[in-house]
Amino acid sequence: MSEGLLRELVDQVRYGKLARRDFIARMVAMGVGVPLASAMLADVAVAQSAEEAPYKPTKRGGGGPLRLLLWQGPTLMNPHFATGTKDQEGCRPFYETLARYDANGVPVPVLAAEIPSRANGGIAADGLSTTWKLKKNVNWHDGQPFTADDVVFNWQYATDPAAGAFTIGNYTNVRSVEKIDAFTVRVNFAKPSPIWDRSSGVWMIPKHLFSAYMGAKSREAPANQHPVGTGPYKFVSFTPGDLVRGEANMDYHLPNRPFFDTIEIKGGGDATSAARAVLQTGEFDYAWNLQVEDNVLKTMEAAGKGRVLFMPSGNAEMIMLNAADPWTEVDGERASVKSRHFAFSDPAVRKAFGLLIDRKSIGDFVYGRGAAVTANALNNPAQFNSKAMVAEFNVDKANALLDAAGWKRGADGVRAKDGKRLKLVFQTSINSVRQKVQAIVKQACAKAGIELELKTVQGSVFFSSDLTNPDTYGKFFADLEMYLNTRTGTDPDRFMQQWVSWEICQKANGWQLQNKCRWSSPEYDSLFRLSEGELDPVKRAALMVQMNDMACNAGFVVPVAVRAQVSALAKSISAPLTGWGPDLSGIHDWYRA
Amino acid sequence: MGAFILRRLALALPSLLGISVVLFTVLALAPGDPFAELATNANVPPEVRVHLRASLGLDDPVALRYVHWLVAMLHGDWGFSFISRIDVTTLIWQRVPVTLGLIGTSQLLALAIAIPVGTLSAIKPYSWFDRIASTIALAGFSLPTFFTGILLILVFSIRLDWLPFVYRSDVEATGWHAVVEHVRQAIMPVCVLGLFQGAGWTRYVRSAVLDVVRLDHVTTARSKGLPERRVVTRHVLRNALIPVVTLVALQMPAVFGGAIVTEQIFRIPGIGALLIDAVLRNDTPVIMGVTFVFSALVIVFNLVADLLYGLLDPRIAYR
Repeated sequence: MSEGLLRELVDQVRYGKLARRDFIARMVAMGVGVPLASAMLADVAVAQSAEEAPYKPTKRGGGGPLRLLLWQGPTLMNPHFATGTKDQEGCRPFYETLARYDANGVPVPVLAAEIPSRANGGIAADGLSTTWKLKKNVNWHDGQPFTADDVVFNWQYATDPAAGAFTIGNYTNVRSVEKIDAFTVRVNFAKPSPIWDRSSGVWMIPKHLFSAYMGAKSREAPANQHPVGTGPYKFVSFTPGDLVRGEANMDYHLPNRPFFDTIEIKGGGDATSAARAVLQTGEFDYAWNLQVEDNVLKTMEAAGKGRVLFMPSGNAEMIMLNAADPWTEVDGERASVKSRHFAFSDPAVRKAFGLLIDRKSIGDFVYGRGAAVTANALNNPAQFNSKAMVAEFNVDKANALLDAAGWKRGADGVRAKDGKRLKLVFQTSINSVRQKVQAIVKQACAKAGIELELKTVQGSVFFSSDLTNPDTYGKFFADLEMYLNTRTGTDPDRFMQQWVSWEICQKANGWQLQNKCRWSSPEYDSLFRLSEGELDPVKRAALMVQMNDMACNAGFVVPVAVRAQVSALAKSISAPLTGWGPDLSGIHDWYRA
Repeated sequence: MGAFILRRLALALPSLLGISVVLFTVLALAPGDPFAELATNANVPPEVRVHLRASLGLDDPVALRYVHWLVAMLHGDWGFSFISRIDVTTLIWQRVPVTLGLIGTSQLLALAIAIPVGTLSAIKPYSWFDRIASTIALAGFSLPTFFTGILLILVFSIRLDWLPFVYRSDVEATGWHAVVEHVRQAIMPVCVLGLFQGAGWTRYVRSAVLDVVRLDHVTTARSKGLPERRVVTRHVLRNALIPVVTLVALQMPAVFGGAIVTEQIFRIPGIGALLIDAVLRNDTPVIMGVTFVFSALVIVFNLVADLLYGLLDPRIAYR
């Protein structure tokens, strides 16, 4: 075995892509003794986070009913149109992906026979293709075999522009999906890319039922409301927004699974009472996406019927400082990229604002276990966490900075310079947690002579792409705004893309792009371009960290916290949840102890 | 009478048309977008969103969209939901049984309480029975359903653990067991809605009966020596019910509409819950469909109330 390959394996262990014991087993198989193999890993500080608990049941079925409660019920059953997480969760018992991510962001095969890697030849060295080997014993619920044709078909189905499928995003940079043999497919990329696994997140639908309904006819397929998948449960009934029911698939491709005889996904209501139905009354086994204050959850947990799980994700709550001037029109456009913000163009003001975020109070009193405060925009998995950024809360230092920069306090205690007062509008969506954070920031700013006017916008308006509404987060007609920056999948490229110059939200692009704060820098752009073609995962992670530091140091991006995916589980249920995809993506491994 | 009904129905058409214009305009002016969730998902390229909007005709002018909707509606095509991509009529029909069963039961409960209690209170005003009944009615009328609903859940589900608080339209049991389960899960929502409605109606029945009981014909009936029961049922109630009928008939569309708050608390998959979900997600075809059904029902039940007057009071003629 070459040194290079060995180093790669060690790195895989380091970044959690290969389990320690698997590494040792491999080495032993090659004639290396256990002590030597362990020694190879001696300097590897592995994020020894929980490896998934082993699956214990020894037979299929017999587990009775599994009752899940989503306070927003699934509204459709075709995963290619499942834009909301509620819909993706609802499809999951019936449909499956090639691979899923576990709690550490490591890919685990589902319909794939193995995860492609350099070592097994799955990932091409030139970064131009990924070859997936499929499991051979998989059947659709109607008995037809699952083959490479289905995988190719899903690519054709999703990328037909007339269909309007949201999964088209999974096939960005994919030139073609090619059938090699009945159980092997090759995904060919247009440009060499380090992102080899994005298309594996598509939920496979059967070619024989959907091929007559491609493109504009996609809405007419009977199977849209009657899913036939490969999943551990077979479809029984569906009422949009209310109830999804399934029964055990006794022909499932994994041994001894599924454990439960029936599955029921109930929708409706609100998050707090959903938590109550699991933790206090035990009517349900699982409740999803519990955006509930931690104190409330703790009181409910005291009833002893269930537990609350906090799965780390990469979704970061951040405050954006507007680099453009939102109050004057330039060429008929507010917050035009051609303008400069009167206060934030001064680095001292940005730096001072960064010192005024009392993350400790926010963490202790607002988020509790629901989020970890952070100074990084890019968080998790471990290889992407920057060590360079330090969160600091220091009002005196902020005052000193502002004094030195010539922002003088007026009679009312608010600072001003050149006749412009430091009175800023801080907007966010209506959400009790966000309003508390706003209040904490406002208090600290007042001590430093910055007056914040707090503005709250209804979430459905704030996050909409409505061109006529001035209050959307894309238009950003305010000085500061706060929202949750979501990550999809473990790879941060789409996340880091939000500060490149070609993503700046402007009138010309309908404010639909990702760069809301309108900050950009040529160095950042070139780093991003570099990362797009960097095939070495270690070097690429280093580039991502460098970009994170650059964005955070510039001061227009002020990270507050990284949210966890919060769910409640009944005491007896064992379920591998993950913050890197739908909670139900591991539904085949759920059982009751 | 036939001509009267026909004329009334013909008059209803312009009202329905007017209602649909107002609804459509208000919805078009309301902020938000059915694809807000897509907008926050960086995985979805903006072109997809733009394409989706265009394919659903969301970028057309409001007037054009209205004409499209109206023409389709006249052909019996109610459109499909932007969110679930299912026909609006299917969505509405799915919800009708639960709504009628549950909300209907609670209205019956309300009537069963309001008429006897209101009448008894009015016949012996300011008696102990009247005082207690009026106090309870006032309390029941003043407490909002979201409060009483949560209170009941707290007591009967969480403290005592007697009743489930999540309503399932699809109970797993069969036979008698299923009936028992259905009753168990319906008790709390039916009580919350029925008692609230009943309290309001009790006050109406009481004041209507009070008005009639003082009239001369009642005194005459009493002095003729008719038994009290006959006086009340034949001479008092029949006359007093006219305003009550108006009230109840106008309330009937609400039966179909469900009770939005109560449905939310108990997770009842009724039409009200469908409407509120559609409103929150800017799902225009569903909002239009549901509200259109409501407005049609209001018009129909107005007509029904008019016809019932004639049954109760033959002096009322239809011309």
